[in-house]
Amino acid sequence: MNTRTPPELLQAMTTHHRPDHLSNAHLDALEEETIFVLREVAAAFERPTLLFSGGKDSLVMLKCAEKAFGTPATGGKIPYPLLMIDTGHNFHEVTDFRDFRAKELGADLIVRSVEDSMARGTVRLAHPGESRNVHQSVTLLEAIEEFRFDALIGGARRDEEKARAKERIFSHRDSFGQWQPKDQRPELWTLFNTKLQPGEHFRVFPISNWTELDVWQYIEREQIALPSLYYTHKREVVERKGLLVPVTELTPLKPGEVAELRDVRFRTVGDITCTCPVESLAATPEQIVHETLAADVSERGATRMDDKTSEASMEKRKKDGYF
Amino acid sequence: MNTTTSVATSPDNTRTNGPFDQQSALKFITCGSVDDGKSTLIGRLLLDSKSVLQDQLANVSKSGEADLAQFTDGLSAEREQGITIDVAYRYFNTAERKFIIGDAPGHEQYTRNMVTAASSADAAVVLVDATKLQWQDPALSLLPQTRRHSLLCQLLRVPSIVFAVNKLDALEDAAKPETAGQATVAFTHIRGALEKFAQAAGIEVTTIVPISALKGHNVVDAAEGWCGYTGPSLLDILELLPVTPADTALPFAFPVQWVEKFSSSSDTSQGRRIFWGRVANGVAQIGQQVKVLPSGQTATVAQVLGTTRKPGIVQAGHSAGVVLDREVDVSRGDWLLAPVPPAPAAITSDDDFADTPTATSLPPSREISATVAWMDDEPLVAGRVYWALHGHRWVKARVKRVVHRLDINTLAEENADTLPANSIGHIELLLQEPIAALPFAQSRVLGSLVLVDTATHRTAGAVLVNG
Repeated sequence: MNTRTPPELLQAMTTHHRPDHLSNAHLDALEEETIFVLREVAAAFERPTLLFSGGKDSLVMLKCAEKAFGTPATGGKIPYPLLMIDTGHNFHEVTDFRDFRAKELGADLIVRSVEDSMARGTVRLAHPGESRNVHQSVTLLEAIEEFRFDALIGGARRDEEKARAKERIFSHRDSFGQWQPKDQRPELWTLFNTKLQPGEHFRVFPISNWTELDVWQYIEREQIALPSLYYTHKREVVERKGLLVPVTELTPLKPGEVAELRDVRFRTVGDITCTCPVESLAATPEQIVHETLAADVSERGATRMDDKTSEASMEKRKKDGYF
Repeated sequence: MNTTTSVATSPDNTRTNGPFDQQSALKFITCGSVDDGKSTLIGRLLLDSKSVLQDQLANVSKSGEADLAQFTDGLSAEREQGITIDVAYRYFNTAERKFIIGDAPGHEQYTRNMVTAASSADAAVVLVDATKLQWQDPALSLLPQTRRHSLLCQLLRVPSIVFAVNKLDALEDAAKPETAGQATVAFTHIRGALEKFAQAAGIEVTTIVPISALKGHNVVDAAEGWCGYTGPSLLDILELLPVTPADTALPFAFPVQWVEKFSSSSDTSQGRRIFWGRVANGVAQIGQQVKVLPSGQTATVAQVLGTTRKPGIVQAGHSAGVVLDREVDVSRGDWLLAPVPPAPAAITSDDDFADTPTATSLPPSREISATVAWMDDEPLVAGRVYWALHGHRWVKARVKRVVHRLDINTLAEENADTLPANSIGHIELLLQEPIAALPFAQSRVLGSLVLVDTATHRTAGAVLVNG
């Protein structure tokens, strides 16, 4: 979606009759399924944790968790800690928001960083400029060992990517944190087999069946606050291979390149070195819902540099323990 | 058997009248043999409904022509072998509805994945490859896979079954005038064979539609009159199919998923414990008498919270928080059940009573007769003990005996002592403790269990309780 929606069209879309039949009953069913899975994790595991980055998918999960378990104000609390694996290359708007939300909900927040793994020598970069995104797996597995987590809840969606489309909601991992795509446990009805051998764990995906559009419709319906990066703002970018690369200290201009100031927003926020914004004037969830309906490039296709290397890159990374 | 297109033509169910704001996403699966074109069909649905994005299209296009099957085969092993190994889930929406597709593998060795996908499906599209059949013969035989997949869908109570007869376009060649009309003959003969089979097997068929996944006839856009068919396209049919109804008419049954302790919520009286779970049957409402299984204690429902912790009445299929009127011993895995009704002699002959759903309640039992779809590579062995999961309750289960093994293509009964991977059979189970099972034909939740290998923890069997 690198063609910017013109302001007058955005205005027209916003005032246009809303396709309400695509929102409520469907969103209720998704919310219900997510809450059911979040409670199942609380009940079936001894040391679960919820991966929370401060991004839109994890904020949607957190909203569902708030409904499932209550908040300090209603006498309840999310019964597991939140976990963030920090590459050290995150947008501060997102990490600030993460801390704010965790505090607001009275949740325990654990942060483990790739830089600590580098200091320990368990992560070695091929070159200093290499994306640290892929190395999160190492730090994650170290955190799993440290806290002996037996279930890690993640905000991955099946519509994101082909390998994800194959994964169960309760995804079994062996003692090396590996996913065996050819040998997944059958998942029948809602009878989840949560039995583990020592050292194994589960990755659990409560929003598996949500799409990018569902997430934005839910954000709109529930009025979920997000980091400002998700909405239109002016940013210095440079166009490379059809992607808009933000110009930052970590992603500087190459010789001969000239930065441009453009109206952009992020469809996904992750590691700065591999996350690109799209051109957009959308300033509200409603406008983003309309842009998403009209989008002709997928979320990953528009925004992620690291997935372009190989068709099977996500599958390979997941087999290695990536989320 | 109803093989007309009544779903799409019923006046109560037309697009203009339909209450689409009440609809949830339709979950449907595609089944059929290897190379019948399942992945191509899904690719065509996504492409023609404009649900494919440019980068995804670019990934699967070679020399300008999209390889439609490549949209769904996401694993590298699948691309290497050109087959689908595991269920892929795809999402798309039209102006009318959202859809979740479970793309189930066709190979017999992946029956477990087909069963996985079918267990949660509202509808199944069974693909029939016209080119693999003796279509010139009005008494042609269907492929075993067509029978197998239809019977599996029926066994798992998939509410709507649609037959899509594919590759009819391949029977006619524009360069050979003598082939004109062959597709119509083929469709007529194949439809006759499908109707005959469905009638014999007791399968209720929603509709039979001729399609070309490759060329797009009748997938999204109707090909008016093609093969003598003037009904709606496959997508039109899917837009109108109902989702799986919840078992609201049965007596209240509630598996306790999670116990919330020490709640000081003002919504709950005096901080009593809240029992959370998804209502399996009936309705959760204040005043409902319940018996706790396995303790046998009784109590009354004092308060009901909806999914999102607001007070209300909760129907089957939705999560509820239940607060009881007194402290009883209830933990995760227990069931709250409507008390068993009085013995049949106590029921009056009044017609109003004869039809009440309470008549179908069964007392908890330790012995179960069931149909099992076996999924583990290690065969099911009579005499072995497995873990059984019923609702949220784990109990040990011993296989007393294998009664029959079913011929997977015909469901005919054969003598056997074990059940190998991907087979189906009738078994008798002896449970460590009684469970409140109902026949799967009456209640999906009370009638279904999974068996788990006690040594490997692998999910080994899907159990459907027999009547």
